[in-house]
Amino acid sequence: MATAHSRVAARFMISPAVLLLLGWMIVPLSMTIYFSFLSYNLLMPGMEEFIGFTNYRFFLTDPAFFAALANTLLLVGGVLVITIVGGTALALLLDQPFWGQGIVRILVIAPFFVMPTVSALVWKNMFMNPVNGLFAHLAKAIGLEPFDFLAHAPLASIILIVAWQWLPFATLILLTALQSLDQEQLEASEMDGANFGNRFIYIVLPHMARAITVVVLIQTIFLLSVFAEILVTTNGGPGYASTNITYLVYAQSLLQFDVGGGSAGGIVAVILANIVAVFLMRMIGKNLEA
Amino acid sequence: MGKISLKNVTKAFGEAMVIPSLDLEIEDGEFVVFVGPSGCGKSTLLRLIAGLEDVTSGVIEIDGRDATEVPPARRGLAMVFQSYALYPHMSVRKNIAFPLKMAKMDAAEQERRVTSAAKILNLTDYLDRRPGQLSGGQRQRVAIGRAIVREPAAFLFDEPLSNLDAALRVNMRLEISELHQSLATTMIYVTHDQVEAMTMADKIVVLHAGRIEQVGSPLDLYRSPANRFVAGFIGSPKMNFISGAEAGKHGAHTIGIRPEHLALSTTEGAWQGKVAVAEHLGSDTFLYVNVNGMDPLTVRTQGEAGIHHGDTVYISPDAEHLHRFDASGKTI
Ligand SMILES: Nc1ncnc2c1ncn2[C@@H]1O[C@H](COP(=O)(O)OP(=O)(O)O)[C@@H](O)[C@H]1O
Ligand SMILES: [Mg+2]
Repeated sequence: MATAHSRVAARFMISPAVLLLLGWMIVPLSMTIYFSFLSYNLLMPGMEEFIGFTNYRFFLTDPAFFAALANTLLLVGGVLVITIVGGTALALLLDQPFWGQGIVRILVIAPFFVMPTVSALVWKNMFMNPVNGLFAHLAKAIGLEPFDFLAHAPLASIILIVAWQWLPFATLILLTALQSLDQEQLEASEMDGANFGNRFIYIVLPHMARAITVVVLIQTIFLLSVFAEILVTTNGGPGYASTNITYLVYAQSLLQFDVGGGSAGGIVAVILANIVAVFLMRMIGKNLEA
Repeated sequence: MGKISLKNVTKAFGEAMVIPSLDLEIEDGEFVVFVGPSGCGKSTLLRLIAGLEDVTSGVIEIDGRDATEVPPARRGLAMVFQSYALYPHMSVRKNIAFPLKMAKMDAAEQERRVTSAAKILNLTDYLDRRPGQLSGGQRQRVAIGRAIVREPAAFLFDEPLSNLDAALRVNMRLEISELHQSLATTMIYVTHDQVEAMTMADKIVVLHAGRIEQVGSPLDLYRSPANRFVAGFIGSPKMNFISGAEAGKHGAHTIGIRPEHLALSTTEGAWQGKVAVAEHLGSDTFLYVNVNGMDPLTVRTQGEAGIHHGDTVYISPDAEHLHRFDASGKTI
């Protein structure tokens, strides 16, 4: 894009795509905004009327909202920490030459191909079930009381399940980054007297900064909208202990048939997601430059 | 101090024997050049000395101490890589200071050493830039800077100039030679370019397929090559080799004569031939001459010879500079 002419041509040529995407986004968004200002309950059809910000007031003052906000941030943060730390560790391991490397790499990637509902059910029924679950059997085998994960630590359990699903993604991206590191740099630092820890901190980690940024940004987008895992395991409970914003919007609009309130919640979720995005870009966006 | 000796060192990668048993002594303060064609094991040998590869068998001594099992960082050697291997996310200052930081040197001393290295290498104005913002020659200097701040017992260079353009290469060659004069530290320099070897070395080690063909001063190798390989490798343009009846007259399997030791005449001489190509360099003229019953001969004459493609010329070898080789390639 060197000349003014080619820049104009480029803008002209991408404009259809931009317009299509804009329309794609703007239509549902405006409808949601429109509904959020209505009193609109599916149980009372034909009674829609404009009520201003009332839906927002109800949604934002609901104690469930603050619980859900905290849960959303904990869920996103917890999964990010586990997948980045675990992914880096796994990538370092998989980068070592060992026998059966190819098969192990495929095994590591496998969880990513399991549907969220299926994996959540497997975790719920086969691992975390306090009577029949594998963890319960293990606990009994060493003489401990079985722990009912989903009842007593619902959010932590969901974080564990979601982290298990996203670990392969993080591992894969971080492994590619690791493999693109110039071996001569590592050898140079070895000659410069850097031990394994120093090489990791001063050479490997800065090299992986961009890949880590990509993992954080992409995962955050998906983790803000975790839903299936909550629906099939805890239904947001007990109480609101494992309800995130996405699940709260669902509960509001479909369990209580309140389309107006649900829409207001949806708009709040969009705004929150944007706030998170701005924070993230401020904090780590510079890693993506150059 | 930087006296390095290799005793019966061998190196194999799996089945492939890259360096069959090799002995070498490098004296303190010497500028030693490993030269040889690509793939002959120069880098491998350098990496063995650096400790980046383990020897398959044999002993490496540094200053009389057995260093075979000593890890690279503790051998007291500094290496400049062909790709420079600078740390891209650190400023030039941090790059140069990295080995000092790893040695936990105090900040004031680090700063003093970085500043003085930057002054020697003309990098003072670039200390706060990233390697990505530097030219090839400047990156090269940063890599050298990172090596000299450690005040190592010896410097190891692996083809450090091969990524630079021709003019810069000549400059950096001089700078490295000057650095060696002022530091008087042992330097081991790997190159496939015999011109670099001839111009920089105190001692040249000619390698071929992992074996040492000859060790000696540049002029030793030029005047009395031990075998046909060294004779052909050292000197530019390459030595002419003649075998068959002409060599038989001198009691040898093959005779060799350098292009600059062939006398050229348009009227009379030992061999008559036709000029295929004439390269006029101004200071010299290189002629490629087809002589009946021999491979084409290269002739070097001083100045402008006034001879062109297709001319008939007569060539006579200077008997004093004739090299004779037996059937196995050894000098007789
Ligand atoms: N890590 C390695 N594994 C297997 N073979 C290698 C390895 N490193 C070098 N070699 C082989 O050793 C020989 C010498 O390589 P090298 O020392 O790099 O040559 P040079 O630097 O003289 O060009 C080459 O034939 C190369 O293929
Ligand atoms: Mg090499």
